[in-house]
Parts: sequence; C-alpha cells; structure tokens
Amino acid sequence: MAFLELSHLEKSFGPTRVVKDFDLSIEKGEFVSFLGPSGCGKTTVLRMVAGFETPTAGSIVIDGQDVTALRPNQRNIGMVFQAYALFPNLTVAQNVGFGLRVSGLGRAEIAGRVAEMLKLIGLADLGARYPFQLSGGQQQRVALARALAVRPRVLLLDEPLSALDAKIRVSLREEIRAIQRELGITTIFVTHDQEEALSMSDRVVVMTNGIADQVGTPFEIYNRPTTRFVAQFVGTLNLLDARVVDAAVGNVTVGETPVALNRSLNGAHGPISLALRPEVIALGRHTARAVVLTGRIAEVHFLGSVIRIRVNVGGNLISLDTFNRPDAPPPAVGSAAEISIAESDLLVLTD
Amino acid sequence: MTLRRIWSWIIILLGAAYFLLPLFGMLQFSLKMKRGVYSFEAYRVVLRDPQFQQTFSYSVILALLTIVIGTLIVVPTAYWVRLKLPRLRPVVEFITLLPLVIPPIVIVFGYIRLYNTSSVLPLTGSWIGTNILVLFGYTTLALPYMYRAVDTGLRAIDVATLTEAAQSLGASWTRILATVILPNVLVSVLSGAFLTFAIVIGEYVFAALLNLNTFGPYMVWMGGNRAYEPSALAVIAFGITWACMGLIQLFTRFSKFSSAKR
Ligand SMILES: Nc1ncnc2c1ncn2[C@@H]1O[C@H](COP(=O)(O)OP(=O)(O)OP(=O)(O)O)[C@@H](O)[C@H]1O
Ligand SMILES: [Mg+2]
Repeated sequence: MAFLELSHLEKSFGPTRVVKDFDLSIEKGEFVSFLGPSGCGKTTVLRMVAGFETPTAGSIVIDGQDVTALRPNQRNIGMVFQAYALFPNLTVAQNVGFGLRVSGLGRAEIAGRVAEMLKLIGLADLGARYPFQLSGGQQQRVALARALAVRPRVLLLDEPLSALDAKIRVSLREEIRAIQRELGITTIFVTHDQEEALSMSDRVVVMTNGIADQVGTPFEIYNRPTTRFVAQFVGTLNLLDARVVDAAVGNVTVGETPVALNRSLNGAHGPISLALRPEVIALGRHTARAVVLTGRIAEVHFLGSVIRIRVNVGGNLISLDTFNRPDAPPPAVGSAAEISIAESDLLVLTD
Repeated sequence: MTLRRIWSWIIILLGAAYFLLPLFGMLQFSLKMKRGVYSFEAYRVVLRDPQFQQTFSYSVILALLTIVIGTLIVVPTAYWVRLKLPRLRPVVEFITLLPLVIPPIVIVFGYIRLYNTSSVLPLTGSWIGTNILVLFGYTTLALPYMYRAVDTGLRAIDVATLTEAAQSLGASWTRILATVILPNVLVSVLSGAFLTFAIVIGEYVFAALLNLNTFGPYMVWMGGNRAYEPSALAVIAFGITWACMGLIQLFTRFSKFSSAKR
C-alpha cells in the first residue's frame, strides 16, 4: 500500500459535484503535482487531504492510518498557501516555531529547530524580522519553513509561486524541489503552470472537471497523452484532420496525401484527428521522416534562439520550432514549404 | 479661494468656541474655591474625599471587569461570525447596535423585573448578584463599540487563511483565538476598551437603580450638594475620557506590526 492513498474521493458543494471518483496513490518521498485549468478541483482535493473540507465520499489514508475523519490539527500535515498566510504579529523565528510551540517542545529545542529551518531556506539572519519587512519570495520561504518545522508526514502546496514574479518563481521552485529531496518529504504541489508541474515533479496528475484525467511522469504526460484534454492542455499541440482508409494497417489520408501510420487503429473509421508536437516537425525533407506534407508559410515568429513557424497545411495551421542559425534566414511568409514527420510521432486521438 | 479659506477658519473657530468655552468656564470656576485667588483647593478637597476614592476605584474595577468580559464575548463571536457565518453578520451587527437604541433605563427595569428577589434567578437579592448584573449590563452598553472595533480589526487580516495555517500546524480553537486572532486585533480591542472605560466610569442609570455606590451617582450627589467640587469632578472626568482617547491613538501608532502588508 502506498504512503498516501486517496480512494474514490468525492466532493459536492450543494448540487454541484466538484470532485468525482478521485483515486491516487503517492509513494513516500514522492513529489506529485496537480495540474489543471482553473476550477477543476485541485484546491478542493488538497483541502480534503489537509482536512479543511470533508469529503462527501471516499477515504484518505496516510501511512496506513485512515485520516478521513480527523480534524486538520490532528493530521500532522504541512500546508503552504498562495497568500503566504504568515502570522503578522509574530517574527519570522516565532512563525517558524509556531507549530513546535503548539506541540509543547522545550525552548532550547524550538530555538535549535528554528535556526536549522532558517538555514535550510537561506534566511538565517532574518529571524527577528516581522513578515511585513520581507519580500514576497522571502515570506513564502518562511511559510515553507514554518510548514516543515513540525516534520509533517505530507507537505501540501497550493500554488505557492503564483503571487511571485517570474524570476523568483523559477529560482524558488528549484529551491523547493531541492529542500523536498533533501528532507524526502511526500509532497503534493498544486499549480496551473505546466512548466512548473513538468519541471518539478516525479509524477503529474492532470485534472479536468474534478477527475484525474491522466497520472504519469512528466515525460509520459507530455509524450504519450492518453486523452485529448491532456494532449491539448499540456504543451502546444498541432491537430491534423485525417480520414481512415484502412484501420487494420493504419493507412489514412491527410488532405490528398496518403500517410501510412504502420499500426492498427483499432477499427476506427471516417474522420480522425492526428496530433503532433511542434518539436517533432522539420522543415523540408529528411531521410528518417517518411511523412511529407506540403503547405504555405503562414506566420514566422523570431524568438531569438528559437524560431516558431506556422505552416498552413490544407487548412490546418501547424506550429513548428526551428533553431536559429546565423547563416540561414527564416523562410518568408507566403512561400511554399514542405514539412516532414516520422510516422511514429503522429499521435492518434481516439476520444 | 482665500475668502473661502477665511470662512472655513471662522467656522472652525466658532465650532471650537462652542465646545471649549463651557469647558473653560467650568475649569475657571473650579479653580476659584478660595476667594480672590486661583487655587486647586476644590481638587484637593475632592481627591481627599474618601467617598471619591472609594466610588472611583469601585468604578475602575467595574470598568476593567467589563472590558475583560466584553473581550471574551466579542472577540470569539466576531471571529466565528466572520469565519463560519458570514451571512449572519448583518444580524449580529444589528443586535450589537440595539443598546444604542434601547435606553439603559429600559434595560435596567427589565433586569429588575427579571432578576428580582422573587424571581427564579434572584440576582438583585445579593451583593455579588447585583454586581454580576451590573457587569453584564455594562457589557451590553459596551457591545456596539467593542463589536464594531473588533470586527473592523478582523477585516484587516485574512482570518480564514490564518486559521487554516494555524490548524495545519496543530493549533486548537482556543490556541488560535489566543495566539493568532487576539494579538492581531489587540489594537482594536484596546480602542473598544478605552471607550468602554470612559462609558462605565461615568455611568449613572444602572448604578443608581441597582443602588450601587459607583462614581456616577457620587458625581450626581456632589452636583446637588456642593458648589465648586462638582466642577472639579467634571474636569477630572473629562481628563480621564480624553486620556482614554489619547491612549487609543498612542496604541494605534505604536503597535509594532500595524504596518503589516496584507
Ligand atoms: N466552498 C465552496 N462552495 C461552493 N463551491 C465551491 C467551494 N469551493 C470551491 N467550489 C467550486 O468548486 C470548483 C473547484 O474549485 P477549486 O478551488 O478546487 O478549483 P481549482 O482547481 O483549485 O481552481 P484554481 O486553479 O482557480 O485555484 C469550482 O467550480 C468552485 O467554484
Ligand atoms: Mg485553487
């Protein structure tokens, strides 16, 4: 049995079911992200784990103990909020020591642990400050230290980086991940930023409308999305309209061009959608890429090291990325172009 | 522009004179107890009077107890309403404003009817019972000021998130109230407390009808029987009220974390 086990979790607010049959097992020390659009129920699941919401049905088991009926202050779970939620009347050190004081630890022991936590977050000198004397990034690090000081069984973070500006967001997420690894603490991280989710996590849970659509490593989620929603929500995705000619061997046509996918389409027929990521498409013909489509350059965006090009292929706008090369200027808008793809990179979206 | 300015000043001066002249007259009169010279004789007489010392300290104790009881009732109530029953807020606010609408004489007559010696709970029959009664009466009178002050203080902090943060760190409800909520609304509680103090020190109706020897009845008795001393008393009472106001300002200014970002 996994360390944290959510089984058949449901939550309704009045008549609206916000979380539906949510199942998830998290191993000890694992870092799992909840990724999904606004309102899909990420916070609600997290709050049920923390005990701030009571599940309508289902159970939450931590380390073999069923905590579904326990009050939040009995669960020993660390929580970090988007709005920091530091106690404004306490200094940084008192904030970090709050949970230790609640648990009745001795003065010396609290002081020792607080110093250790402040060192861990790199704010060893700021213990005497009040929260309003800190920057947003510093406040959030203090909030992290406060949550970790009590050695919780699980750490929950609800969009902890959303209120910070872009640079600090990137450095702090690396810091959070490093601290999480060092302490080996089981962590759930809620975000609607896919880059955050993909770069930090051991596994990502992509959620939509209160269900876990797909659970997998960032690599799996990105490269082998199992549903249309996941494919479209994570990363940029190009869609190509195609028509099935022979489902058994995987022959389809894109516009007039026949394409051999060389795999069974499980009896699909008529129109289907093929999906492909910008980075699997190359401009021009290449020996290893059997599928060649023709079109016209519709847009060229020069982004520095990368050039993002949109090609109109029979009415479908296909995005692709090429690297900048000083000796080769980007193609002109309106010129004819050929793109080539390896057939194994074409995803077939079935639902 | 300048003409308007001059007019504003004239109006301000007129208003100030309206308030200050009677005060000044009273102050001057209180200093004239000795014929022909200004002296603090009246103040000396008043402050020496054992009756004054007794009634004044009695009222101070009542005021402090009222503040404690009021805080214990108002802070948890306002907190709970904000946290769990936001829709009841207008109702609770209305209830706390009632003492401003219902005259104290009505309240105290109601009390006497409800708690007289032949009732189920004969509070008026004993000294301690009467004191409990008057304390709760004063708490009622203080309610509008206390509740408003505390509720405003709570608005300045993110009550729900701070509560959840404390809960996830293992804190119980009493702990959250005592170590998270109360310290953050302390300035508001204090400003409510000073108003309460000023009200209770001068209160007459409750004390007179419940037959308690507090400062209010003493002032009235003085007013009917002496010439210079009542003025001195009034000046002292004014001084106390103004000191309370000043203290409110002082506490607001010097609270260590009052400039906290939210
Ligand atoms: N206390 C509540 N009462 C009624 N509906 C609620 C309550 N809390 C959340 N909801 C609803 O539940 C749904 C999911 O909310 P939730 O906060 O879990 O979304 P989320 O995935 O965290 O979104 P975001 O990315 O915007 O934070 C929303 O439609 C929201 O309106
Ligand atoms: Mg949310």
